[in-house]
Amino acid sequence: MTLSVALKHAFAGFTLDVAFEAPAGVTALFGRSGSGKTTVINTVAGLLTPDRGRISVEDQVLLDTATRQNLPPHRRRLGYVFQESRLFPHLSVRQNLLYGRWFAPPGDGVAPDRVVEMLGIGPLLSRRPGALSGGEKQRVAIGRALLARPRLLLMDEPLAALDDARKAEILPYLERLRDQTDVPILYVSHAMAEVARLATTLVVLEAGRVLRAGAATAILSDPVAAPQVGLREAGAVIPARIAAQEEDGLTRLDTSAGPLLLPRINAAPATALRIRIHAQDVILSRDRPTGLSALNILPAVVTEIRLGEGPGALVQLRAGDDLLLARITRRSAQVLGLSVGTACFAILKSVAVAQEDIGHV
Amino acid sequence: MHGPMTDWLSPDEWRAVALSLRVSFWATVLSLPFGIWVAHVLARSEFRGKQILNGLVHLPLILPPVVTGYLLLITFGRKGPVGGFLEQCCGLIFAFRWTGAALAAAVMAFPLMVRAIRLGIEAVDPKLEQAAATLGAARPWVFLTVTLPLILPGVVAGAILAFAKAMGEFGATITFVSNIPGQTQTLPSAIYSFLQVPGGDEQAFRLVLISIAIAMLALLLSEWVGRAVARRIAGT
Repeated sequence: MTLSVALKHAFAGFTLDVAFEAPAGVTALFGRSGSGKTTVINTVAGLLTPDRGRISVEDQVLLDTATRQNLPPHRRRLGYVFQESRLFPHLSVRQNLLYGRWFAPPGDGVAPDRVVEMLGIGPLLSRRPGALSGGEKQRVAIGRALLARPRLLLMDEPLAALDDARKAEILPYLERLRDQTDVPILYVSHAMAEVARLATTLVVLEAGRVLRAGAATAILSDPVAAPQVGLREAGAVIPARIAAQEEDGLTRLDTSAGPLLLPRINAAPATALRIRIHAQDVILSRDRPTGLSALNILPAVVTEIRLGEGPGALVQLRAGDDLLLARITRRSAQVLGLSVGTACFAILKSVAVAQEDIGHV
Repeated sequence: MHGPMTDWLSPDEWRAVALSLRVSFWATVLSLPFGIWVAHVLARSEFRGKQILNGLVHLPLILPPVVTGYLLLITFGRKGPVGGFLEQCCGLIFAFRWTGAALAAAVMAFPLMVRAIRLGIEAVDPKLEQAAATLGAARPWVFLTVTLPLILPGVVAGAILAFAKAMGEFGATITFVSNIPGQTQTLPSAIYSFLQVPGGDEQAFRLVLISIAIAMLALLLSEWVGRAVARRIAGT
């Protein structure tokens, strides 16, 4: 199922003009606050009618201002998870979960038992929302949206109101949602860490316009896009698979570029992961270094160099089948004599990769 | 009818109490749906003429009750435009009947009812109603399953306030339907009548005590129901 969006809407001093497609998987709408993300998602939900636009899911038109079609929100069949869970305070968790099922046309969709199990909310069913923690509320809200048998899930910064521990608690559930159901998700966020873990498609918004749209891995490893997502946050995401748990507490991973040693990851061998490697944590060397504390030395070839306006440079590398991004200084790039096609080594400290950078596939 | 209550009260007094309870009950119950509807419109809709509707609803609160009663008389009397029509089409007569007393009480209590309910509606976060809509609920369902349960404390408060106001309504009632024992002589009218005749003080005083008791009961009941509903809705 693909969501197609094209919108034009004028606010006082701000014009939104976007067009993008959201295929199956997680499509992240990424941008600073004020870039128009929430307006876009509210328009898709039908809570806001734009000046002009067309929104469709597969062949069903949700909105077309040219033909004056505009389905009201309750007939769009999109599950919406809000930043503040918006659970109904007068209903129990169970009644909240089943609320949308009342109105949904009969069909298969995900079974309630499976949703309850997937989100780990079994023990909460008879409680009232007022007695839940922020993280629990958000999990119930996700389940409630999912059980309305939606064609598409909309999530507006669902983790923004939570502290880091609660975020870490919910992210795995969102990954399971992405990988175990076939409901496409439109995910609004300004946090690159979440986007890097969840997104399969990325749409970068700035001041009401689409700066970039495409496969998440391609954009995240693109040196041109890096300034747009934020230099400090820039970094490629590469697939990996757990090879073995080492005795000294490290975990050995297989990547197409070679083995990678990272601090212990609690998962069974052969588990597929996606690892985000921050561009600023990657060191480049022309020769294979020796006598170095860093454990990960991956052979790579320079595929693109982008010099910044300041002293920095972004280097895209091919390591095995995957692309990496390294942020170094312009001076280093000159001293090393880097150019497209140069063979070099990408060096990564094991401890540079945090647990939050490790996502499940 | 015999019993401690009927022995203590004369038949006339007892009739006045029973009539007042009946009039107030029907005035409250029948105006409640309108009250909720008008409160919802005033709280949530923007339209031209909203201030006019708001003014009309509040008019009985500000006008002298005699004026309201007179307006009811010329509109809902048997020769009035609405009263005449209702008598012809449905056999419904307001003039000098207890139904007219109920109408007068309902009109006089309406602003208080609407105010209480409107405050309740304005306290409901529209974001919850939006969430219900995204879950597939059409507007009437959103109202029934989300808004109404959440405004229940306001509805209860509004209904009890209206009931108490209806119990005490005097000016508009006596102007519209007069003061006929057993027909339109409500508690306040009866107290007024007893005070007009020599030696009626004792009877009037008994009815005053009953008025106070009913008012106190209503107040306690509203507190208790309001708290129970609020507990249920707080969601803990």
